[in-house]
Amino acid sequence: MKNISWKLAASVLVVLVAVIYTIPTFMHGVWPYKKINLGLDLQGGMHLILEVEVNKAVESSLERVAQDLRMTLRKDQIPATGLEQMQGGKITVRVEGKDQIDKFDKVLNDSFKDIRVLSRNVENDVLTISLDLPDKEADRIRKMAVEQALETIRNRIDQFGVSEPDIRQEGDRRLLIQLPGVKDSQRAKDLIGKTALLEFKLVDENHDVNAALKGVVPPGSEVLYEVREDSQTRRTSKTPYLLIKRPVLTGSYLTDAKVQIDSQYNEPYVAIKFDKKGAQIFEKITEENVKKRLAIVLDNKVYSAPVIQEKISGGEARITGRFTPEEARDLAIVLRAGALPAPVKVLEERTVGPSLGTDSIHKGLLAGLIGSGLIILFMFFYYRGSGLIADVALLFNIVMIFGGLAAFQATLTMPGIAGIILTIGMAVDANVLIFERIREELRVGKTLRAAVDAGFHMATWTILDANITTLIAGLVLFQFGTGPVKGFAVTLSLGVVSSVFTALVLTRVIFDFFIVQRKIKRLSIG
Amino acid sequence: MEFIKPNTNFDFVGKRKIAYGVSISLILISILSLVFHGGPKYGIDFVGGTIIQVKFPNSVVTENIKSGLADIGLMNITIQTFGDPRDNEYLIRTDKPVQTNDTFSQQVKNSIQKATGTEPDIRRIEMVGPQVGKDLQEKALFAIYYSMLFIAIYISGRFDFRWMACAIIAAALMGSVYLLSLWHISMAILTPLAFIITLVLFWILNLKYAMGAIVALIHDVIITVGCFSLLGKEFSLPIIAAVLSIMGYSLNDTIIVYDRIRENLHKHPKNTLAVTINRSVNETLSRTILTSGLTLLAVISLFIFGGGIIHDFALAMLVGIVVGTYSSIYVASPILLAWQNAGKKK
Repeated sequence: MKNISWKLAASVLVVLVAVIYTIPTFMHGVWPYKKINLGLDLQGGMHLILEVEVNKAVESSLERVAQDLRMTLRKDQIPATGLEQMQGGKITVRVEGKDQIDKFDKVLNDSFKDIRVLSRNVENDVLTISLDLPDKEADRIRKMAVEQALETIRNRIDQFGVSEPDIRQEGDRRLLIQLPGVKDSQRAKDLIGKTALLEFKLVDENHDVNAALKGVVPPGSEVLYEVREDSQTRRTSKTPYLLIKRPVLTGSYLTDAKVQIDSQYNEPYVAIKFDKKGAQIFEKITEENVKKRLAIVLDNKVYSAPVIQEKISGGEARITGRFTPEEARDLAIVLRAGALPAPVKVLEERTVGPSLGTDSIHKGLLAGLIGSGLIILFMFFYYRGSGLIADVALLFNIVMIFGGLAAFQATLTMPGIAGIILTIGMAVDANVLIFERIREELRVGKTLRAAVDAGFHMATWTILDANITTLIAGLVLFQFGTGPVKGFAVTLSLGVVSSVFTALVLTRVIFDFFIVQRKIKRLSIG
Repeated sequence: MEFIKPNTNFDFVGKRKIAYGVSISLILISILSLVFHGGPKYGIDFVGGTIIQVKFPNSVVTENIKSGLADIGLMNITIQTFGDPRDNEYLIRTDKPVQTNDTFSQQVKNSIQKATGTEPDIRRIEMVGPQVGKDLQEKALFAIYYSMLFIAIYISGRFDFRWMACAIIAAALMGSVYLLSLWHISMAILTPLAFIITLVLFWILNLKYAMGAIVALIHDVIITVGCFSLLGKEFSLPIIAAVLSIMGYSLNDTIIVYDRIRENLHKHPKNTLAVTINRSVNETLSRTILTSGLTLLAVISLFIFGGGIIHDFALAMLVGIVVGTYSSIYVASPILLAWQNAGKKK
């Protein structure tokens, strides 16, 4: 009797816990446990894998070093060439004249201690030196870039308003982003993928933009375009600008960005606000460059290049560009969340529309109901009373899988539903094994009690062996699988564990109840 | 109710030569089909590419979809109906991963609408870059390999009672796979290589149950893969999941027969191995057929009612369960016998 009581207690406890966890999924607000998570393939949504192009982050760091070096050399009046062009991730500088070389070395040793000298070569008083960043520093920048990208994207998505997004780093430089329920996937992707590097650059008014277009770009300048699409004619126009490469101010000084409506043209624009330091810089630049043009550049596209009319203090500016309200709103979000430290590339994208997800749920449910219905009927006809016990165990089994899904906050996917249907088939296997054994023992002429005991006893290890191997496959799958496949591994593993439990503990309790308490003399086993 | 009467005694072992013939020809057909088709037909999960699933309110001409998509630069596409033809649902596939950074889905929608005159519902877009595809391929092979390895270790431990030998095999294999992977040998070569090493080790260490189980597993996997290749079906991630669960399932059957063999070897030590094996297979036959039948019932309902997304998955399971049941009766057990006979000849 003692034996029965712990099994009974365990069965009641497990089933109770499973029911408690399962109920919120089907009846809302009964108690505050969470619902079962549905995978993106069932509820619709977007799955993205991005790669942060970390080497670009290293390159832009090096580019900043090159600009600093150029400024310093210019200040110290050391003529050097080659600083405009970066090749193969390194800077190559040429300095002529012995005195100049000495001065250059001094600058390099005093102010640029952290830069690695790749090669150094003096020939006829001409110094050629290649510089780059030390490996450790480059690695640090790469790591930082991924972390920052993750943080920035998380910020943007939070502000975009997606419920329960899942954003994770995967591997060295990949980001996994899952956005359940996103309807406008294109917009979400634009929002996530935009580098959003905001720069203010002065227009180079000393040189001719047309000459630059023909290939003669003056050192320290670059050509960028303003692209406009006319909403009426749907024609795009590209306007080239010759800009001074070094930005006078960047978006890193922003404190806020908001959408506002221009009262004159009734067009939305983004109002940005700088922090104190940014405001000071902005004031200084506008003061020094009155009547000159200042271009607002986002991700290397010119948005506008207004003429500075007067000194602007207060640190506020506006970005215009014929935005739709959504565009303006998204731009404000990315500016507030900050720029990505390096561009990102979409490596994998899976978008499922909500209608397909609903279809899948319906079809999965239908297949599950028909499959388990057939099995339940069969078990009853084949094993009669005992079959009925197995059917009860099967129903509890399904409840336990759902309870397990909710308790572990696992995700139910379409292959996961297939896994449940499959475990329904496999769960009865354990019962079939036991019943066949009991029949065998009865045939040998054992008493009912002894036959049931022997049946369970002999089948136990067989059931364990058979299920442990499936569990191994399930766990390996869980380790290697992604997304929907992981969902399958979860339900398969849960199903295996719960079917072993129901067969060896729960069914046994019911059998013992009938044999010991009700003292039945004949077992209905077909 | 009983399908298989007690004391049935089919002569399975006596017919094993026929079974060998059947198995070997099935495996040959599978391998030939794979060779002929230049390897398995990988889905976009493994080679990269783009899939667009669209649904129309009424029927359309697929050629129009093609020409519409050609307008936005999508060439070399294949279009197939998805699920029930009455649903007017199509799967559009290109081999190239499309960088969908612009207004891609809108463009697709507009161009299809223009070409067919009907507004499509874009139900699903999947894009996998080639690098990710390669990674997934590797992961899938690793998954298959490791689950076979762990399963083999478990079986030889449980049935041959040689946990130490298994631990050594496991360590040796993992070490050598790791070393080989350092040389960037592709997993497609590495996996079969590792299997051969595993089998040789089992042979040397005399782990017969593990050997039999693994041979049966490889048999099942090759035939399932071959069947997919013959039918021109694609390999995607869910299919790999199906293959792995087939492995677990087919083993289920094998283990139950082995369990009986071991039990009967103790009970009736005087019987020859051939008689014991035959008796064990017969004794478990009722259970084998019932369970496989019931699981098949579940899978068939999934196959028929589960919808297009899960269709191929269910098909793989269907084939796997049938082959797995067959192999546990006709392959896994007779191998024990073949082993013994080979031992005698030495």
